[in-house]
Amino acid sequence: MTELPHPNITEINKPFWDGLKNGELLFQECQNGHRWLPASDFCPHCLSSNFKFTKSSGQGKLISWVVYNTAHHPAFQNKVPYNVAIIKLDEGPQLISNILCPNEKLTPDMRLRLTIEQEGETYLAKFFPQLHDNHT
Amino acid sequence: MTNLTQMSGKYVIAGIGQTAFGKLPGRTTISLNVEACKNALDDAGIEKDLVDALLVKTPTSAREFMYGQKLAAAMGMRPKIGGAWDQGGAANIALICNAINSIEAGQCEIALVCYADNPKTGNREHYSRPRGDDSIYGWFSTAAGYAIIQQRHMIEFGTKAQDFGLIAKAARRHGAANPNAQLRKEITIDSYLQSPMQIEPLRRDDCCLVSDGAAAVVIMSAVKARDLGIDYAVPILGLGQGQTSAELTNRQTLTSTEAVVSGKTAFAMAGLQAKDIDVVQIYDCFTIAAMMTLEDYGFCQKGQFGAWAANGYLEIDGGLPFNTSGGLLSETGMPGLQLILEGVKQMRGTANLQVANAKNCLISNQGGTMHTHGTLILGA
Repeated sequence: MTELPHPNITEINKPFWDGLKNGELLFQECQNGHRWLPASDFCPHCLSSNFKFTKSSGQGKLISWVVYNTAHHPAFQNKVPYNVAIIKLDEGPQLISNILCPNEKLTPDMRLRLTIEQEGETYLAKFFPQLHDNHT
Repeated sequence: MTNLTQMSGKYVIAGIGQTAFGKLPGRTTISLNVEACKNALDDAGIEKDLVDALLVKTPTSAREFMYGQKLAAAMGMRPKIGGAWDQGGAANIALICNAINSIEAGQCEIALVCYADNPKTGNREHYSRPRGDDSIYGWFSTAAGYAIIQQRHMIEFGTKAQDFGLIAKAARRHGAANPNAQLRKEITIDSYLQSPMQIEPLRRDDCCLVSDGAAAVVIMSAVKARDLGIDYAVPILGLGQGQTSAELTNRQTLTSTEAVVSGKTAFAMAGLQAKDIDVVQIYDCFTIAAMMTLEDYGFCQKGQFGAWAANGYLEIDGGLPFNTSGGLLSETGMPGLQLILEGVKQMRGTANLQVANAKNCLISNQGGTMHTHGTLILGA
């Protein structure tokens, strides 16, 4: 089986990838309260380098998605048709991921919750639909 | 300091040149660039020795160090100002703007702006490349970025698949009439809807061509063109640029483009509004890009595109003729310079599908995934 592409782990983004290995999805937050992903060593809003990695609740919503019917990499040949989505975490930052449900069940703004999957040596942040809203 | 509106009409496109479009096996991008530049110089009727700036947009699929200087060497030129510029498809208009600014500042007098690439017979891996670390989620290719924007546009505004088909149908009709177009096959809305899904919601007919080819333009002041006796010089009425975050996840919105910003500058410089425009050449790498650009220029309101563009409004006999040589969807997938060439032909009155009495033409270029944007307004 062909291996998945590997993330390029650097000194800057290592806490993010270590977080997933430890079961936590981390985003960055600077002293001025700006929050962001992907990891960078300066706040993209105020350029502060005084930041911390903060644990996300893992709750979010679906902004948009696509469905691949063909693979652009051998590791995805047995996954098609698969989705790739933009997820907005409740804390603000947005990220690219996969939604673990049949593609035809995807709906705009659907509520999502985090699950962490191990593929090879990499731990990935993926999302399930939340079947029940908090108030139901 | 010269103000924006004083620059309107002060500079011209004095010559245009291109190669054939499509499959050009065995040709390097340098070879293609030289051919297009030679044709542009012949069109202007000037010798290369008069050119003192050579500005080239980086070939998308075959990047090389010191590319601008290699091109100058191949053309036997020693320009005062030269180099390769990378900002994706908006680079053409950026380079024209840079040329004008350099001439205005007295740094040079005549500039060649050119682009060549050979992904059709060469290497097209760029277009299916991994999108950074997110490739671990299967996030690959240029098309996917546009597909995810298209999906969000459909969510926010209820945009229907056939609305995108209106763009493809117009471009394909105009390309079919263009003897130099790479793809000369008209489509209907029905055949558009039946074209195979690529990366959903993108259909095959939403996607531009992959093409070999080159194009070039000669930029100088209107006064210089008059002194040189150049008959076909086309005035640049307006120019503008804009850029946003490269990361789709870090944009405030997915459904607005930098056409808002670049258009504002270009319209202000030209003293024109969308309602004054006679013909448009809009960057249609994917139909969603063209749709959002037209919305953002103010030709129609967001969410109203389908009603506005219905009944052939964008076609040659419609209210706003669009991509009259076929655009990226039908003429050539070249990133944008061909749209400027077609705008020049419309203003000269020599286009293959000529819009009668067109007094101006608006051209849009954009790059990345709607990351960079340029607007150019030409006059007759």
